[in-house]
Amino acid sequence: MNKKIRVTLNGKRTDLDVPAHRLLLDLLRDEIGLTGTKEGCGTGDCGACTVLLNGKPVNSCLIFSGELDGADIVTIEGLKIGPELHPVQKAFIRDGGAQCGYCTPGMLMMAKSLLDENPDPSDEEIRFALAGNLCRCTGYAKIVQAVQDAAAELRARRA
Amino acid sequence: MRRPEPLEIFQPTSIREAGALLKEKGPGGRFLAGGTDLVIAVKEKGLSPKYVVDLKRIPGLSGIREETDGGLKIGALTTLREVETSPIVLKRFPFLAQSAAEVGSVQIRHRATIGGNMANATPSADVAPALLALEAKVKIVGLNGERVVELEQFFRGPGQTVMAPEEILTEIVIPPASPALVGEYIKFSPREMMDLAYIGVAVAFVFNASQKRCEKVRIALGAVSPTPMRARGAESLLEGQILTEELAERAGAEAARESKPISDVRSSAEYRRDMVRVNTKRALLNAAAQRPGKWTERRDRRY
Repeated sequence: MNKKIRVTLNGKRTDLDVPAHRLLLDLLRDEIGLTGTKEGCGTGDCGACTVLLNGKPVNSCLIFSGELDGADIVTIEGLKIGPELHPVQKAFIRDGGAQCGYCTPGMLMMAKSLLDENPDPSDEEIRFALAGNLCRCTGYAKIVQAVQDAAAELRARRA
Repeated sequence: MRRPEPLEIFQPTSIREAGALLKEKGPGGRFLAGGTDLVIAVKEKGLSPKYVVDLKRIPGLSGIREETDGGLKIGALTTLREVETSPIVLKRFPFLAQSAAEVGSVQIRHRATIGGNMANATPSADVAPALLALEAKVKIVGLNGERVVELEQFFRGPGQTVMAPEEILTEIVIPPASPALVGEYIKFSPREMMDLAYIGVAVAFVFNASQKRCEKVRIALGAVSPTPMRARGAESLLEGQILTEELAERAGAEAARESKPISDVRSSAEYRRDMVRVNTKRALLNAAAQRPGKWTERRDRRY
């Protein structure tokens, strides 16, 4: 049962005619071709599918397309600022905050959302915010460091 | 991972319309709030709703309001993240904000709603003991009007509530509480985040800090019986008494005796019972200590 929805996707108004039961994750990857958003567990435990919905980080594997009319959606493909990578992306590259990279798009969306709310988080606050983003390769030390470095750069830009 | 079968999603704009839809379309439909339980049930537990009625387009079902009598009203579609970060909740009942923050991840809490969490009636729901300790009620609206039910009477068993299929939970009502009310919620779980509770304990009482006397003591337990439950024996041990470590220990033992845990993959019944004893005592002493600051910074309070 298809449903017509109008969303803002990475800043662009987009009209879609999609099956109502299609999950946002599948809509992005299979129908629109934005494959940066990943599926890990499919049950809201791993955070690999994190996107911003109306400015808030959510698990796109748990949302029906039929719920989305009027929504503002930002995916990893919409994170960069103009032609330039977002400071969280640059910091993850610089600090080695990724190994295989599968969890990274979700980590980056969550980190961006944290820094939007809290420009100067403690390590503890970063870990609390990233609790729903699992990385199976490595420890989280460099990820936390990357978020700290991105936070510092964003603060410097504002100053 | 299994994908949902095709289904129709309706987005009514009034409660009346939502209830009427369920009546008209017949059995097999489900209400949808945040979807963090429903979509997982579809993917993992073989639930196949024939249609879904999304409640999120109905105005007036979310938000947190302080009443003039000092009570609090929380719309059923208020997200757990809103409860966790609400200045009113943090000021009045910080342990309720904390209980919301214990659920899942930030991503989950941006979708999961307090009403959905109650209507799903999981015995381990973290917010339930905190609301029981506050003697919360729920407002339920059906085709023939509305009714208000004590939350303690609302749960009937795992996944079971007193609601009829076409009824909708619209509001959580927290009655007026003394400014001297203190409380604490402890989720005891294998991991700090992203896990279900072995057991949960919420306590709330009116505390005279100079005399250390506690009144209107409410103790509620999660994950140790088919529904979240009050530990009334432990409450009456403490009522009107001076809170000492020894008395907190005895109350913990009584709460453990009243609990009705089962053994399952997470934990044995014996371990759960003992953790009720230990954490009830801790919750009582933590609540009485009323240490200032944000609870996220007070890890010493947690265990």
